[in-house]
Amino acid sequence: MTSIVRTYLARLLPQLIALAAILIAISMTFPGFLNLEIQNGRLYGSLIDILNRGAPVVLLAIGMTVVIATKGIDLSVGAVMAICGAVAASFITSGHSLFETLLITVAVGILCGMWNGLLVAVLDIQPIIATLVLMVAGRGIAQLVTEGAILTFNDPGLIFIGSGSFVGLPMPVVVWLVFGVLVALLVRQSALGMLIEAIGVNRQASTLSGVLTPVLLIAAYMLSGLCAAIAGIIAAADIRGADANNAGLWLELDAILAVVVGGTSLLGGRFSIAASVLGAIIIQAINTGILLSGFPPEFNLIIKAAIIVFILVLQSPRFRTAFAFLAIPRRAPKTTEQEAK
Amino acid sequence: MKQKYLPLTATILIFVLSYALCAAQYPNILSTRVIGNLLTDNAFLGIAAVGMTFVILSGGIDLSVGSVIAFTGVFLAVVLEHTSMHPLVAFALVLAITTLFGALMGMIIHYLEMPAFIVTLAGMFLARGMAFVLSIDSIPIKHPFYATLKGLYYKLPGGGRITLIGGLMLLVFAAGILIAHRTRFGTNVYALGGGTATAKLMGVPVASTTVKIYALSGLLAGLSGIVFSLYTSAGYSLAAVGVELDAITAVVIGGTLLTGGSGFVAGTLVGIFIQGLIQTYITFDGSLSSWWTKILIGALLFAFILLQKGIIHLSRDARQRA
Repeated sequence: MTSIVRTYLARLLPQLIALAAILIAISMTFPGFLNLEIQNGRLYGSLIDILNRGAPVVLLAIGMTVVIATKGIDLSVGAVMAICGAVAASFITSGHSLFETLLITVAVGILCGMWNGLLVAVLDIQPIIATLVLMVAGRGIAQLVTEGAILTFNDPGLIFIGSGSFVGLPMPVVVWLVFGVLVALLVRQSALGMLIEAIGVNRQASTLSGVLTPVLLIAAYMLSGLCAAIAGIIAAADIRGADANNAGLWLELDAILAVVVGGTSLLGGRFSIAASVLGAIIIQAINTGILLSGFPPEFNLIIKAAIIVFILVLQSPRFRTAFAFLAIPRRAPKTTEQEAK
Repeated sequence: MKQKYLPLTATILIFVLSYALCAAQYPNILSTRVIGNLLTDNAFLGIAAVGMTFVILSGGIDLSVGSVIAFTGVFLAVVLEHTSMHPLVAFALVLAITTLFGALMGMIIHYLEMPAFIVTLAGMFLARGMAFVLSIDSIPIKHPFYATLKGLYYKLPGGGRITLIGGLMLLVFAAGILIAHRTRFGTNVYALGGGTATAKLMGVPVASTTVKIYALSGLLAGLSGIVFSLYTSAGYSLAAVGVELDAITAVVIGGTLLTGGSGFVAGTLVGIFIQGLIQTYITFDGSLSSWWTKILIGALLFAFILLQKGIIHLSRDARQRA
């Protein structure tokens, strides 16, 4: 058991160090950053705020990780968020119960994912292009649902998902924590994760060795759609309205970035949900940190770009071979054996 | 007919058919004024799409285009407001910067063996960030030279105007067609799209071609930014968001294969016209909302991807039978 924890920590170590470094840097420029206080039975503080604000990207990153592990990519998640936010708002305002609204919204998200999955798995279209279709058309569809207006609602149940709290934590944090743990357990306590990695490494070979490639591929995109639906509900509940134009705008790129920061290669194969979640938190910490430290927010994107380039350079095969002589000899085979046990 | 011309023919056919349908409903759509506006309104998108066509022909992708356009606009606005530099000098300066920027991305893609998607995504953040750093406000450009440039146009019979920027787009397309089909660089681009390993074995200078492709895309994105600043007479760091996607869409509708290696620069021009026509029709109709543009373009995109898949499938069958 302890060895599993150790290998897990070893995998997440670079991300944890990066997050700690960023948090320390912020708390030095902004005293009181690490303070936490309890008001009305809910935790308040910048750290909680990072976890709360990061909820949509964390959720998208969970689905995106699984899709990228199959050597795919899902560009449509931002648009699906907009569609699902619009659907949720229009159902709740037309008098449906909260349960029905959530059910329909989630179903729409999964359906969007299924469409992407069918294009990739059955029609064999490149993932970038297959998901581009929904990315282009999605915002139009969302506007069709809201009829071009920003659809507002005041259903207390739906608003609770965006700004309520549960056992002292904001609802969005509870939602992504529970969902993330569920997905991570699902893929790692079964052979699913390994099969997904097999598809990412070599789709043809895994099909030939009996993996149900099309089913798993479609399921991966459906999971991504589900994540986008939940993120869309949270985003809409947060502003108490559905904004077809701006909901989830460019979040697909943040989600991809979170996955890359988490150390999952865009070339498919190995993945870690926990690392992607950490990646999303790192990105949100940078955003919040830049905002708090009084640094001009204009530099936000440049810093983000610098971080992506830095991480990518470290990940690139060319760079690794060039600096291979620096690497400490690893005991990798032993740890993977332990992991298997 | 050769199979490689099939997507292009389909694109042209769809454009002619939809134009005829639009004209049947609104005969005024045939007027040279509408055609002139179609050119002017889509000039910046068209120029950026030429660069994108080369990138996609080589099997890559360039997501930084929209941000580079915004950066160019803000750069020009800031320079023209705060210095006494002549716009032409500023144009040359900004084109040098964007070309270098593109070349740099090409180098990272080739030498560090990173996927073009993520490198140009970083480029997208960087260029947009640089635009933000220069200014977060929309800055009007009031230089008299801009007014002169905007006053230049060729008058068509019927009152239509081919403006400077509309004409420039046509020239860029003509140059793009020549480069793609009549130069060694063009041939290399197609070879690269067929497969990097194969291209290397055939003696294609992979490194310099990759760098040149992204440099060209950067140059054209910069030129597109200049055209955009002429079109709007302002520089704004939030401008041209998502133009790269419109450009990619135009390339795909234009019949270029996204896996690279097959397609035509001329097809992209028709792809631009189809997108512009949908927008114009919606404007003419008045009762349709602009979101139908996105849905229709998404549907068209899907139809063309299916068409291309079908053609590849058929040609594979034919080859197996032979």
